[in-house]
Amino acid sequence: MNIPVASYFILSTLLFFIGVYGFVARKNLISILMSIELILNAVNINFVAANRYILPNLNVDKPLMEGYIYTLFVIAIAAAETAVAISIIINVYRQHKNIDAKSINELKH
Amino acid sequence: MENIMQYITAGNIIFFILAAATVLFGILTVTSTKILRAATYLFLTLFCIAGIYLQMAYDFLAAVQISVYAGGVVILIVFAIHMIKGLGEDKEINKGQRRIMGAAAAIVGFIVFSACIAAHFIQSGVEDAKLDMTANIETNINMQTVGTTLMGTDKFQYLLPFEASSILLLACIVGCIAIAQKSKEVKK
Repeated sequence: MNIPVASYFILSTLLFFIGVYGFVARKNLISILMSIELILNAVNINFVAANRYILPNLNVDKPLMEGYIYTLFVIAIAAAETAVAISIIINVYRQHKNIDAKSINELKH
Repeated sequence: MENIMQYITAGNIIFFILAAATVLFGILTVTSTKILRAATYLFLTLFCIAGIYLQMAYDFLAAVQISVYAGGVVILIVFAIHMIKGLGEDKEINKGQRRIMGAAAAIVGFIVFSACIAAHFIQSGVEDAKLDMTANIETNINMQTVGTTLMGTDKFQYLLPFEASSILLLACIVGCIAIAQKSKEVKK
């Protein structure tokens, strides 16, 4: 059971650019937030696969797990970021009665 | 034929199915016009990614992925969708320049990144580098190791980022309440 490590990187790249497409193409803020989640997950796959490949835990007493811990922190921060983003979106909805990204342009002018 | 046959193993087939499902549901997430469906597809994407972690024998990470992402973030997004009126459909996604621009950016970026990955793996002579899945089962990262790594202060232990993220979460709780609170001006 050997999986080429490059296939993980290709999968992660694909998912990342699907997220980029959604980020550019979608108009409403919740869709943009979901695209950001896809991007963060692509990064997580990259971290975990690299950790599995580079540090396969040969030392059992004290395994090296940099990518693993980074992924845990990315998940924690992504959850916090989602909560803040959704509270901002609800506030935007109260002010504008819609959540189009185009309608938020107070800082533009 | 021999070369091809060595890739057709149970693990590779499972990985291929998981990866294909991840990409398919990811595409459906960003192209679906009904936003609640998009949230469901996002949930399925995250679930497949948890399966990929599980295949790498990182079971704690898979559990965190399911409980925090699939259980927490998606539920939060679904609640937000239900709280906002008139969010059922997003019809304008299928026309306009933003879609073309987004597709162009994504395709060009994907080609560039894939070329970089291919060039690196060919140049460094490790184009057949593989994740050896079976050799590491007995040295798997267990809960105890995760705990000591998160709470220790030695080299390669992460107490300070852990505490920093706890402060971040506290700030997020306070910030969410402060932002989402109904001010009197809006109420009337």
